[in-house]
Amino acid sequence: MKWIRQIIILLLMVVLGEILNKVFKIPIPGNIMGMILMLLALQTGLVKLDQVEGISKFLLNHLAILFIPAGVGLLAVTGMLKESWHILVFIAVVTTILVMVMTAYVVHALRRWMT
Amino acid sequence: MDDIDVLLTTPIFWVLISLMAFEIGIWINKKAKISLLNPLLIAIILVILILTFLNIDLETYNQGGQIISFFLGPATVALAVPLYKNRALLKTNGIPILAGITVGSFVSILSVILLSKLFDIEHILGLSLVPKSITTPIGIEVSKQIGGIPEITVAAIVMTGITGAIIAKLVFKVLRLKDSVAIGVAIGTSAHALGTGEAIKMGEVEGAMSGLSIGIAGLVTVILAPLVIRMLSYF
Repeated sequence: MKWIRQIIILLLMVVLGEILNKVFKIPIPGNIMGMILMLLALQTGLVKLDQVEGISKFLLNHLAILFIPAGVGLLAVTGMLKESWHILVFIAVVTTILVMVMTAYVVHALRRWMT
Repeated sequence: MDDIDVLLTTPIFWVLISLMAFEIGIWINKKAKISLLNPLLIAIILVILILTFLNIDLETYNQGGQIISFFLGPATVALAVPLYKNRALLKTNGIPILAGITVGSFVSILSVILLSKLFDIEHILGLSLVPKSITTPIGIEVSKQIGGIPEITVAAIVMTGITGAIIAKLVFKVLRLKDSVAIGVAIGTSAHALGTGEAIKMGEVEGAMSGLSIGIAGLVTVILAPLVIRMLSYF
Protein backbone atom coordinates (compact mmCIF):
# COMPACT_ATOMS: atom_id res chain seq x y z
CA MET A 1 0.00 0.00 0.00
CA LYS A 2 1.48 3.30 -1.09
CA TRP A 3 -0.43 5.34 1.49
CA ILE A 4 0.80 3.27 4.40
CA ARG A 5 4.40 3.75 3.32
CA GLN A 6 3.87 7.51 2.94
CA ILE A 7 2.42 7.71 6.43
CA ILE A 8 5.30 5.65 7.83
CA ILE A 9 7.94 7.95 6.30
CA LEU A 10 6.19 11.05 7.64
CA LEU A 11 5.73 9.64 11.15
CA LEU A 12 9.31 8.36 11.16
CA MET A 13 10.56 11.92 10.61
CA VAL A 14 8.33 13.24 13.40
CA VAL A 15 9.67 10.59 15.79
CA LEU A 16 13.30 11.13 14.78
CA GLY A 17 12.79 14.87 15.25
CA GLU A 18 11.35 14.28 18.72
CA ILE A 19 14.30 12.05 19.61
CA LEU A 20 16.79 14.72 18.52
CA ASN A 21 14.90 17.29 20.58
CA LYS A 22 14.20 15.25 23.72
CA VAL A 23 17.09 12.79 23.91
CA PHE A 24 19.88 14.80 22.33
CA LYS A 25 18.52 18.10 23.75
CA ILE A 26 18.72 20.01 20.48
CA PRO A 27 16.76 23.21 21.28
CA ILE A 28 14.59 23.06 18.16
CA PRO A 29 11.04 21.66 18.54
CA GLY A 30 10.70 18.07 17.31
CA ASN A 31 8.25 18.98 14.52
CA ILE A 32 10.60 21.55 13.02
CA MET A 33 13.52 19.15 13.46
CA GLY A 34 11.46 16.55 11.57
CA MET A 35 10.86 19.04 8.77
CA ILE A 36 14.61 19.64 8.49
CA LEU A 37 15.26 15.87 8.48
CA MET A 38 12.67 15.36 5.76
CA LEU A 39 14.31 18.06 3.68
CA LEU A 40 17.70 16.38 4.12
CA ALA A 41 16.22 12.98 3.23
CA LEU A 42 14.74 14.41 0.01
CA GLN A 43 17.91 16.29 -0.82
CA THR A 44 20.11 13.20 -0.42
CA GLY A 45 17.67 10.99 -2.34
CA LEU A 46 17.06 8.80 0.71
CA VAL A 47 13.37 9.58 0.28
CA LYS A 48 11.94 10.10 -3.21
CA LEU A 49 9.49 12.92 -3.82
CA ASP A 50 6.69 10.59 -4.98
CA GLN A 51 7.04 8.57 -1.77
CA VAL A 52 5.71 11.48 0.32
CA GLU A 53 4.05 13.90 -2.06
CA GLY A 54 0.49 12.55 -1.83
CA ILE A 55 0.16 12.52 1.94
CA SER A 56 1.92 15.88 2.25
CA LYS A 57 -0.44 17.52 -0.17
CA PHE A 58 -3.41 16.11 1.72
CA LEU A 59 -2.19 17.39 5.09
CA LEU A 60 -1.15 20.82 3.81
CA ASN A 61 -4.49 21.32 2.08
CA HIS A 62 -6.24 20.79 5.41
CA LEU A 63 -3.94 22.75 7.71
CA ALA A 64 -6.63 25.04 9.09
CA ILE A 65 -8.70 22.16 10.49
CA LEU A 66 -5.77 21.07 12.65
CA PHE A 67 -5.95 24.36 14.57
CA ILE A 68 -9.55 23.96 15.76
CA PRO A 69 -8.58 22.41 19.16
CA ALA A 70 -5.95 25.11 19.78
CA GLY A 71 -8.57 27.77 19.08
CA VAL A 72 -11.16 26.12 21.30
CA GLY A 73 -8.46 26.11 24.02
CA LEU A 74 -9.22 29.82 24.28
CA LEU A 75 -11.93 28.72 26.73
CA ALA A 76 -9.21 28.01 29.29
CA VAL A 77 -8.10 31.63 29.48
CA THR A 78 -11.35 33.59 29.08
CA GLY A 79 -11.23 34.56 32.76
CA MET A 80 -7.85 36.21 32.38
CA LEU A 81 -8.87 38.05 29.22
CA LYS A 82 -12.21 39.41 30.36
CA GLU A 83 -11.09 43.03 30.63
CA SER A 84 -8.43 43.35 27.98
CA TRP A 85 -9.44 40.97 25.19
CA HIS A 86 -10.38 43.72 22.75
CA ILE A 87 -7.01 45.43 23.18
CA LEU A 88 -5.20 42.13 22.68
CA VAL A 89 -7.18 41.42 19.51
CA PHE A 90 -6.41 44.93 18.28
CA ILE A 91 -2.68 44.49 18.94
CA ALA A 92 -2.68 41.06 17.27
CA VAL A 93 -4.41 42.35 14.12
CA VAL A 94 -2.34 45.55 13.77
CA THR A 95 1.03 43.89 14.34
CA THR A 96 0.21 41.02 11.97
CA ILE A 97 -0.51 43.47 9.15
CA LEU A 98 2.61 45.48 10.01
CA VAL A 99 4.87 42.40 9.98
CA MET A 100 3.35 41.15 6.73
CA VAL A 101 3.90 44.48 4.96
CA MET A 102 7.42 45.04 6.31
CA THR A 103 8.59 41.50 5.48
CA ALA A 104 7.16 41.63 1.96
CA TYR A 105 8.73 45.03 1.39
CA VAL A 106 12.22 43.95 2.55
CA VAL A 107 12.21 40.72 0.50
CA HIS A 108 10.87 42.45 -2.61
CA ALA A 109 13.27 45.42 -2.37
CA LEU A 110 16.33 43.19 -1.84
CA ARG A 111 15.34 40.90 -4.70
CA ARG A 112 15.06 43.84 -7.07
CA TRP A 113 18.27 45.40 -5.80
CA MET A 114 20.25 42.18 -6.22
CA THR A 115 19.24 41.50 -9.81
CA MET B 1 -29.73 10.50 30.15
CA ASP B 2 -26.77 8.19 30.76
CA ASP B 3 -26.61 7.28 27.10
CA ILE B 4 -26.29 10.94 26.21
CA ASP B 5 -23.48 11.37 28.73
CA VAL B 6 -21.60 8.44 27.22
CA LEU B 7 -21.90 10.03 23.80
CA LEU B 8 -20.80 13.46 25.05
CA THR B 9 -17.68 12.03 26.66
CA THR B 10 -16.66 9.92 23.67
CA PRO B 11 -13.55 11.48 22.12
CA ILE B 12 -14.57 10.64 18.57
CA PHE B 13 -17.85 12.56 19.02
CA TRP B 14 -15.84 15.77 19.47
CA VAL B 15 -13.72 14.98 16.42
CA LEU B 16 -16.97 14.66 14.51
CA ILE B 17 -18.34 17.92 15.91
CA SER B 18 -15.10 19.75 15.07
CA LEU B 19 -15.04 18.52 11.47
CA MET B 20 -18.72 19.29 10.99
CA ALA B 21 -18.22 22.77 12.43
CA PHE B 22 -15.44 23.33 9.90
CA GLU B 23 -17.63 22.10 7.03
CA ILE B 24 -20.33 24.54 8.14
CA GLY B 25 -17.61 27.21 8.24
CA ILE B 26 -16.63 26.48 4.66
CA TRP B 27 -20.27 26.53 3.60
CA ILE B 28 -20.96 29.90 5.26
CA ASN B 29 -17.71 31.32 3.89
CA LYS B 30 -18.65 30.28 0.34
CA LYS B 31 -22.23 31.55 0.59
CA ALA B 32 -21.39 34.86 2.23
CA LYS B 33 -18.19 35.51 0.22
CA ILE B 34 -16.87 37.60 3.11
CA SER B 35 -13.31 36.68 4.00
CA LEU B 36 -13.83 37.83 7.60
CA LEU B 37 -16.09 34.78 7.95
CA ASN B 38 -13.06 32.51 7.96
CA PRO B 39 -13.99 28.79 8.15
CA LEU B 40 -11.62 28.16 11.07
CA LEU B 41 -12.95 31.16 13.00
CA ILE B 42 -16.52 29.95 12.48
CA ALA B 43 -15.58 26.40 13.49
CA ILE B 44 -13.92 27.56 16.72
CA ILE B 45 -16.88 29.76 17.65
CA LEU B 46 -19.37 26.96 16.87
CA VAL B 47 -17.48 24.40 18.97
CA ILE B 48 -17.11 26.84 21.88
CA LEU B 49 -20.86 27.60 21.70
CA ILE B 50 -21.70 23.88 21.70
CA LEU B 51 -19.39 23.18 24.64
CA THR B 52 -20.83 26.06 26.62
CA PHE B 53 -24.42 25.14 25.78
CA LEU B 54 -23.95 21.46 26.72
CA ASN B 55 -21.82 22.39 29.73
CA ILE B 56 -18.88 20.23 28.62
CA ASP B 57 -15.47 21.07 30.04
CA LEU B 58 -12.40 21.63 27.92
CA GLU B 59 -10.70 18.50 29.21
CA THR B 60 -13.49 16.30 27.83
CA TYR B 61 -13.37 18.09 24.48
CA ASN B 62 -9.60 17.75 24.28
CA GLN B 63 -9.84 13.96 24.49
CA GLY B 64 -11.12 14.28 20.94
CA GLY B 65 -9.31 17.52 20.16
CA GLN B 66 -5.91 15.98 20.62
CA ILE B 67 -6.72 13.44 17.92
CA ILE B 68 -6.96 16.37 15.51
CA SER B 69 -3.98 18.26 16.96
CA PHE B 70 -1.90 15.11 16.57
CA PHE B 71 -1.71 15.73 12.83
CA LEU B 72 0.07 19.07 13.35
CA GLY B 73 3.36 17.16 13.73
CA PRO B 74 3.17 15.26 10.45
CA ALA B 75 1.80 18.39 8.74
CA THR B 76 4.82 20.42 9.85
CA VAL B 77 7.12 17.72 8.47
CA ALA B 78 5.10 17.76 5.24
CA LEU B 79 6.09 21.40 4.75
CA ALA B 80 9.49 20.08 3.66
CA VAL B 81 7.93 18.81 0.42
CA PRO B 82 6.96 22.14 -1.22
CA LEU B 83 10.20 23.52 0.13
CA TYR B 84 12.23 20.81 -1.58
CA LYS B 85 10.35 21.32 -4.84
CA ASN B 86 11.27 25.02 -4.77
CA ARG B 87 14.84 24.65 -3.55
CA ALA B 88 16.22 26.43 -6.61
CA LEU B 89 14.36 29.60 -5.60
CA LEU B 90 15.77 29.35 -2.11
CA LYS B 91 19.30 29.12 -3.43
CA THR B 92 19.03 32.19 -5.65
CA ASN B 93 17.09 34.24 -3.08
CA GLY B 94 18.73 33.19 0.17
CA ILE B 95 19.76 36.66 1.33
CA PRO B 96 16.49 38.51 0.62
CA ILE B 97 14.52 35.71 2.25
CA LEU B 98 16.65 35.55 5.40
CA ALA B 99 16.82 39.34 5.69
CA GLY B 100 13.05 39.64 5.26
CA ILE B 101 12.31 37.02 7.91
CA THR B 102 14.77 38.60 10.36
CA VAL B 103 13.39 42.11 9.90
CA GLY B 104 9.81 40.79 10.06
CA SER B 105 10.42 38.86 13.28
CA PHE B 106 12.13 41.87 14.83
CA VAL B 107 9.25 44.17 13.86
CA SER B 108 6.81 41.63 15.30
CA ILE B 109 8.49 41.46 18.72
CA LEU B 110 9.12 45.20 18.87
CA SER B 111 5.65 46.29 17.79
CA VAL B 112 3.93 43.91 20.22
CA ILE B 113 5.96 45.22 23.17
CA LEU B 114 5.56 48.87 22.21
CA LEU B 115 1.79 48.57 21.70
CA SER B 116 1.45 46.63 24.96
CA LYS B 117 3.24 49.47 26.74
CA LEU B 118 1.19 52.10 24.91
CA PHE B 119 -2.11 50.49 25.95
CA ASP B 120 -0.71 49.74 29.37
CA ILE B 121 -1.85 46.12 29.38
CA GLU B 122 -0.66 43.75 32.07
CA HIS B 123 3.01 42.91 31.69
CA ILE B 124 2.45 39.15 31.65
CA LEU B 125 -0.20 39.48 28.91
CA GLY B 126 2.13 41.56 26.76
CA LEU B 127 4.90 39.00 27.14
CA SER B 128 2.46 36.22 26.19
CA LEU B 129 1.77 38.04 22.91
CA VAL B 130 5.43 38.37 21.88
CA PRO B 131 5.73 34.98 20.09
CA LYS B 132 2.31 35.27 18.44
CA SER B 133 3.54 35.18 14.84
CA ILE B 134 5.43 31.90 15.08
CA THR B 135 4.43 28.27 14.99
CA THR B 136 2.72 26.86 18.09
CA PRO B 137 5.40 24.40 19.34
CA ILE B 138 8.14 27.06 19.23
CA GLY B 139 5.79 29.81 20.42
CA ILE B 140 4.95 27.89 23.60
CA GLU B 141 8.65 27.47 24.40
CA VAL B 142 9.43 31.16 23.81
CA SER B 143 6.45 32.15 25.95
CA LYS B 144 7.68 30.04 28.87
CA GLN B 145 11.20 31.32 28.49
CA ILE B 146 10.29 35.02 28.62
CA GLY B 147 7.69 34.60 31.36
CA GLY B 148 4.40 34.62 29.43
CA ILE B 149 1.34 32.39 29.86
CA PRO B 150 1.49 29.58 27.24
CA GLU B 151 -2.33 29.25 26.98
CA ILE B 152 -2.67 32.93 26.09
CA THR B 153 0.21 32.63 23.65
CA VAL B 154 -1.58 29.76 21.86
CA ALA B 155 -4.77 31.83 21.66
CA ALA B 156 -2.78 34.77 20.28
CA ILE B 157 -1.04 32.50 17.75
CA VAL B 158 -4.37 31.22 16.44
CA MET B 159 -5.81 34.75 16.36
CA THR B 160 -2.76 35.96 14.44
CA GLY B 161 -2.94 33.07 11.98
CA ILE B 162 -6.61 33.70 11.26
CA THR B 163 -5.93 37.42 10.83
CA GLY B 164 -3.11 36.67 8.40
CA ALA B 165 -5.23 34.23 6.42
CA ILE B 166 -8.09 36.72 6.19
CA ILE B 167 -6.11 39.83 5.23
CA ALA B 168 -3.25 38.42 3.09
CA LYS B 169 -5.03 38.77 -0.25
CA LEU B 170 -6.21 42.29 0.52
CA VAL B 171 -2.80 43.45 1.79
CA PHE B 172 -0.96 42.41 -1.37
CA LYS B 173 -3.72 43.81 -3.54
CA VAL B 174 -3.38 47.18 -1.81
CA LEU B 175 0.43 47.01 -2.04
CA ARG B 176 0.06 45.97 -5.70
CA LEU B 177 2.71 43.35 -5.05
CA LYS B 178 2.95 40.34 -7.35
CA ASP B 179 6.33 39.03 -6.16
CA SER B 180 5.47 35.42 -5.23
CA VAL B 181 8.61 34.96 -3.14
CA ALA B 182 8.04 38.16 -1.13
CA ILE B 183 4.36 37.31 -0.63
CA GLY B 184 5.14 33.79 0.59
CA VAL B 185 7.86 34.87 2.99
CA ALA B 186 5.68 37.67 4.35
CA ILE B 187 2.74 35.35 5.03
CA GLY B 188 4.85 32.65 6.69
CA THR B 189 6.72 35.17 8.85
CA SER B 190 3.61 37.01 10.01
CA ALA B 191 1.05 34.20 10.22
CA HIS B 192 2.87 30.82 10.48
CA ALA B 193 1.14 27.61 9.30
CA LEU B 194 -2.35 29.10 9.34
CA GLY B 195 -1.37 31.82 6.92
CA THR B 196 0.54 29.23 4.91
CA GLY B 197 -2.73 27.40 4.25
CA GLU B 198 -3.83 30.56 2.44
CA ALA B 199 -0.45 31.00 0.71
CA ILE B 200 -0.71 27.45 -0.69
CA LYS B 201 -3.99 28.44 -2.30
CA MET B 202 -2.29 31.43 -3.98
CA GLY B 203 0.34 29.28 -5.66
CA GLU B 204 3.07 26.71 -5.15
CA VAL B 205 5.89 29.25 -4.81
CA GLU B 206 3.90 31.29 -2.29
CA GLY B 207 3.12 28.13 -0.33
CA ALA B 208 6.71 26.86 -0.36
CA MET B 209 8.19 30.20 0.70
CA SER B 210 5.59 30.60 3.41
CA GLY B 211 6.26 27.08 4.71
CA LEU B 212 9.99 27.72 4.77
CA SER B 213 9.54 30.97 6.66
CA ILE B 214 7.60 29.32 9.50
CA GLY B 215 10.62 27.41 10.73
CA ILE B 216 13.15 30.20 10.21
CA ALA B 217 10.93 32.88 11.79
CA GLY B 218 10.49 30.55 14.76
CA LEU B 219 14.21 30.11 15.22
CA VAL B 220 14.95 33.82 14.72
CA THR B 221 12.30 34.70 17.31
CA VAL B 222 13.81 32.26 19.84
CA ILE B 223 17.03 34.28 19.61
CA LEU B 224 15.60 37.80 19.22
CA ALA B 225 12.72 37.80 21.73
CA PRO B 226 14.82 37.72 24.94
CA LEU B 227 17.27 40.25 23.47
CA VAL B 228 14.60 42.78 22.46
CA ILE B 229 12.83 42.41 25.81
CA ARG B 230 16.03 43.05 27.70
CA MET B 231 16.91 45.98 25.47
CA LEU B 232 13.53 47.65 25.95
CA SER B 233 13.39 47.30 29.69
CA TYR B 234 16.85 48.84 29.95
CA PHE B 235 15.99 51.96 28.01
